[in-house]
Amino acid sequence: MSTKIEVNAMGDACPLPVVKTLKALKQLDGEGAVVTSVDNETAVKNISKMAQEKGCTASVEKISDAEWHVTVATAGAVAVADPEQDGAAFCDASTGKGELVISVYTDCMGRGDDELGHKLMKAFIFAVTQQEELPATMLFYNGGAKLTVEGSPVLDDLKGLAEQGVEILTCGTCLDHYGIKDQLAVGEVTNMYVIVEKMEQAVRVVRP
Amino acid sequence: MAPGALAQVLGDLPNVHNDNLLVGFDTSDDASVFRVGENLGLVQSIDFFPPMVDDPFLFGQIAAANSLSDIYAMGGRPSHAMNLLCIPSCLGVEVAGKILAGGADKCVEAGCSIAGGHTINDDEPKYGLSVSGFVSLDRMLANSGARAGDVLLLTKAIGSGIITTAIKGELIEQDEAAAMFDSMRTLNEAPIRLAEGLELHGCTDVTGFGLIGHACEMAEGSGVQVELASGAVPLFDQVLDMARLGIIPAGSYRNQDFFGPRVAADEDLEPGMLDALYDPQTSGGLLIAAPAADVDELARRLDAEGCIAAVIGRVCEAMPGGPAVHVVR
Repeated sequence: MSTKIEVNAMGDACPLPVVKTLKALKQLDGEGAVVTSVDNETAVKNISKMAQEKGCTASVEKISDAEWHVTVATAGAVAVADPEQDGAAFCDASTGKGELVISVYTDCMGRGDDELGHKLMKAFIFAVTQQEELPATMLFYNGGAKLTVEGSPVLDDLKGLAEQGVEILTCGTCLDHYGIKDQLAVGEVTNMYVIVEKMEQAVRVVRP
Repeated sequence: MAPGALAQVLGDLPNVHNDNLLVGFDTSDDASVFRVGENLGLVQSIDFFPPMVDDPFLFGQIAAANSLSDIYAMGGRPSHAMNLLCIPSCLGVEVAGKILAGGADKCVEAGCSIAGGHTINDDEPKYGLSVSGFVSLDRMLANSGARAGDVLLLTKAIGSGIITTAIKGELIEQDEAAAMFDSMRTLNEAPIRLAEGLELHGCTDVTGFGLIGHACEMAEGSGVQVELASGAVPLFDQVLDMARLGIIPAGSYRNQDFFGPRVAADEDLEPGMLDALYDPQTSGGLLIAAPAADVDELARRLDAEGCIAAVIGRVCEAMPGGPAVHVVR
């Protein structure tokens, strides 16, 4: 039986629509079709080129002036060149392997008692360090920004994670807001563009 | 901006005529030239863009090499420049400092003084320079100087738009593209310096309109036809692979739409080649039209300095109703 995967690439600029379609073809792993919705003609042309290169057939349905559905059909498994075989760029969401992003938007886990919330956050970050699969990236924003600066109760755990290759990113606007930018003690400062990109490209985003 | 839209906007603007303004925007040239002496022209140009690399110092170098290039493309030497920097406050002083340091590094290499500049807050970083320089008017190189019988020389490889797009899509690692970044930050100074004593007819730098687009402007400005030998065009690693995979920036299609009607391409081109030749370049090389003997000598001198110098085509008589650019295998 052939399967069909729908991919939403509306609002995505090149090369994301092609990359998303490639990922879906890989996930298909056999006969089937990937239907990608896009909102620009560049994406339509680029996906069609990729389909031709991969020996698939592409058909385009114009829904409106700002929406096209590109169907890439394949009779068998498509070989997807995988530049980061061990990495996360091309991963299979269904098996749970792939890029994990932990997004920390507060220094207090859960609602109810803040004192308890701070203890829970400390336990959460420690628990992350004990996991078999570490996240690729941890994002810290708003109250979460207080966790990556000098004096943070979880600083040692975060430094340990950073040493093991976990990317620790803290929102610069938030550090500025709390006046603690000069106290950042682990990882790098980032901006909203990167935060959005990391979340979009993640296979899973986990929030404490 | 897309080439068609830009022409439309510029066409309607009022302007003051001045006999000393030898090159303005009506000839699609790289920089303006204003006569300030009997044989002396003031060359001016401005360019800036958002980062295509993560490293702020490298970005500064690339943006500066790109801004300085317009002066070289007119046959001139840059003398002084002003920085233009847009930067989000969240990126902080350190990043701004590194971008400007990259720019300063290239200006020093070019012997160009930085005379000041302007910085504003913006959501997305952008950097470039407004550059001034001087040219002896009898050595001035317009893009409209190509003559039938000339040979075409290209001084950098093509495909930076496609490769930058592939890096964005994580299909290529930044490290793999080191040669391309090196090329992007290389000044276009050597071809002009080494052309001393040689006869050059036409010159332009290859940037946003892609190799075909800039060749097209050269052909039409000079009233000739340009024949591009696609197989001789130097390409960065993996450009054709990525083009065939559909990793092509939107600008390449805009260039095809605008210049396509004036271009004839043979059917037997390598797959992906046309996309590469229309690919918008950042800080691309110079495209030079000159007699074969002078091109050979310039290529020999560039080669001796380790610079790229590829003969990629020839200039022919224009045929009535014929294409401006003919791309052959």
